[in-house]
Amino acid sequence: MSTTEETSAAKDQSQDRQKRMIAGHFDKLAESEERGEKCVYTYVPGNLTELLLSFDVNPVLPEINALQSGMRGLSKEYITLAEKEGHSEDVCTYVKCDIGMKRAGNIGPTGKRLPNPNLLLLSYTGCFTFLKWFELLREEYDCPVTMLHVPYQADGKITDEMRKYVVDQMKKKTIPALEKMTGKKFDIDRLRELLARSAKAEDDLVAVLESAKNKPSPIDAYFGGVYYIGPIFTAFRGTEDAVAYYRELREEVEERVRLGKGPIIPSGELKEEKYRLVVEGPPNWTSFRKFWDMFTDEGAVVVASTYTKVGGVYDDGFRHDPDRPLESLAEYCLGCYTNLNLPARVDKLAGYVKDYEADGLLINSVKSCNSFSAGQLMILREVENRTGVPGGFIESDLVDPRYFSAANIKNRLESYFQMIEQKRAQGVTR
Amino acid sequence: MSTTLEATKDTSPLAKLISDCEELIRDTSLSTVQAWKERTGGIAIGFMPTYIPRELLHAQGVLPVGIMGAGDIEIIRGDAYYQSYICHIPRSTIELGLNGSLDCLDGMVFPAICDVIRNLSGMWKMMFPTKLVHYLDVPQDFHAEMGGEFYRHDLEALSAKLVEAGAKPLTSEALAESIRLYNENGRRVRALYDLRRREPWRVPTAELYVILRAGLILPVEEHSIMLDRFLELVQAEDDRTPMDQARVILTGSFCEQPPLGLIKTLERAGCYIVDDDFVQVSRWFKHDISEEGDPLGALVDAFLTDAFASPTRYIDEDEKGRELVERVQSSGAEGVLFCAPSFCDPALLDQPMETAAVTRAGIPWTAFKFSEDTGQFQVIREQAGTFADSIKLWS
Ligand code: SF4
Ligand code: SF4
Repeated sequence: MSTTEETSAAKDQSQDRQKRMIAGHFDKLAESEERGEKCVYTYVPGNLTELLLSFDVNPVLPEINALQSGMRGLSKEYITLAEKEGHSEDVCTYVKCDIGMKRAGNIGPTGKRLPNPNLLLLSYTGCFTFLKWFELLREEYDCPVTMLHVPYQADGKITDEMRKYVVDQMKKKTIPALEKMTGKKFDIDRLRELLARSAKAEDDLVAVLESAKNKPSPIDAYFGGVYYIGPIFTAFRGTEDAVAYYRELREEVEERVRLGKGPIIPSGELKEEKYRLVVEGPPNWTSFRKFWDMFTDEGAVVVASTYTKVGGVYDDGFRHDPDRPLESLAEYCLGCYTNLNLPARVDKLAGYVKDYEADGLLINSVKSCNSFSAGQLMILREVENRTGVPGGFIESDLVDPRYFSAANIKNRLESYFQMIEQKRAQGVTR
Repeated sequence: MSTTLEATKDTSPLAKLISDCEELIRDTSLSTVQAWKERTGGIAIGFMPTYIPRELLHAQGVLPVGIMGAGDIEIIRGDAYYQSYICHIPRSTIELGLNGSLDCLDGMVFPAICDVIRNLSGMWKMMFPTKLVHYLDVPQDFHAEMGGEFYRHDLEALSAKLVEAGAKPLTSEALAESIRLYNENGRRVRALYDLRRREPWRVPTAELYVILRAGLILPVEEHSIMLDRFLELVQAEDDRTPMDQARVILTGSFCEQPPLGLIKTLERAGCYIVDDDFVQVSRWFKHDISEEGDPLGALVDAFLTDAFASPTRYIDEDEKGRELVERVQSSGAEGVLFCAPSFCDPALLDQPMETAAVTRAGIPWTAFKFSEDTGQFQVIREQAGTFADSIKLWS
């Protein structure tokens, strides 16, 4: 079937580009000390990538290192190392994985050592654990730390005071810290150029994610989605590479829509879309492929997910704006998914169920993450009540394999799909 | 499980005071708050640990009511809201909300201390849409022109919400007077903590704790009188004499509170608790809040510059564990008990840094976890007993 082959080949182009970009970034990090380049450790939610790039600084993201360790089967060892040092079994495993990775030599996913930070930029967005995590890292590294406190959208909106607080901190703390570290002056025009490119890539990313409104959906917006968000959530927002990647990805996805194709999955292409799901919560990384197979084996496609919004919510229309550089960076930080209050999260999920014509909402509740998980049972009931579609609830963890029980999750998923079937038979869902 | 102090078997005024406080705490339906509302016509607002500026509420004629979980009450509906790996206090708070215990409250304030309480603020909005809900987003930047300005706006927003809920508008005069009253209260609390540091046999922590908990329910004026009375009574207790107990600091219980039985168990196991972080709102600041100048500015300034190091507060320029080590040294404590609620992120993420600091300072420590509904203390009793023995052996 020539069209299938062509499409797969086309898909591979963007996937190859994505892989090259990410691997290239880790290589760059590994060589940064030799080349005299500076590195800043910071987080995905509320990252200030364009600002860092405007200073020619390389971002290092501890969560990404942790998830990569999870995917490469190393997180168990790292977590054990941290727990042996007295880190509690109860807390976020990303933190422990990171600490353990440091103990084991700080080797990145490409097998090369990651650089030490020249600055810890604590962007405190959407999760309290970030604050503790950087306090822990501060003890590990002899480098300056600067905090960017991003207030929570407790009343479901961004106020002028919130925006001003974040912008003021950027002006008075973050930018001076970067100037001091690099010896360079802040160049707002350079920042504007980067932000303009971010907006272009964001347009294309939104088009890709919204393509899942088609039937069949040409993408999986969760398992596939995590690959799509990779560049924009990490070191590439604002780069030409990101613009090119999202343009290419969008073209490929639009082609799949034109051909009426389903998503690419690890075993090829999903032939029949039986269930359309909205998923809330991060994935499990230690058994990522196995987890994904449990969905594809049943013909389930994720048409929208909240995890693909943790590093930025763009589908509500927000774009980085070169005309309001610091203000739009502040709004970006304030708007990340886990910085939204629970009613806003319910609205978003109920909106996804409706807009993407989903058969159900499934929550993957991860033990590590109170920011996501505390309140998810209520979210589930609220969304069920509002939309009438059945909700499903499974539990796992991000990078601690002890909390991924494949048999248990598979059983639950099977029962959940049966429940959707029953509702269908009763004419409740599509 | 009975939580009644053994002391209540006697009929001394001190025993009576303590048993009255215990009863007040056990009354989860807040009947004294209801009575206060009927008497004064004011509104009452609940708040979660750790800190909120009670002075501001008081100045608007509002009774601030601290909700620190519900101990070991049976959880019927609260568990349906939380996974097993989330701490206990949010589920017991929801239980109280759903079983009508908090009906007399006109709203709730949720301070920014962790993601669980943060998310609970949104759940509360959905569950109780007609009540005031405020997430007090305390700053983690401590510069007056950034965090200070933001915090001031936050307080003004809270004040405006209180007015909407039926409180009086805020005036500088009223706030200044409230600051004065809470300063008086804080001084008394600090005096009791000082006395306990010096002569812990006089002020058993199980008693001091219930006295402080009563201050979360009573109006500040009444509570200050109670503190005076308590001080007077413990000073008059001649039969309280020093015993061969280890002096320890207890840390990690700033939010979900251990059962009273656990505190008593630690004391009976041979520990004098000479400092702790229970009911921290009563001594969040190290000194009085300034009574000079703009009172709202004074509240903000105190928050930025004079608060205790807490795991819920970014360490910024300070050194992790420094304050704990200093507290150990200044109180003459011989060891530290890290006593955190299970699944408490801020306490447990903090712990490795704090234990490292006390280890560097050569201070012995031990750690255990609890839940507010823990009913079995045998293991903790043995652990604390062994710890106390080892301190006494080597000291
Ligand atoms: S608690 Fe959640 S958001 Fe926070 S660091 Fe851990 S995984 Fe990330
Ligand atoms: S006990 Fe700890 S984790 Fe639980 S609500 Fe309190 S501070 Fe948050």
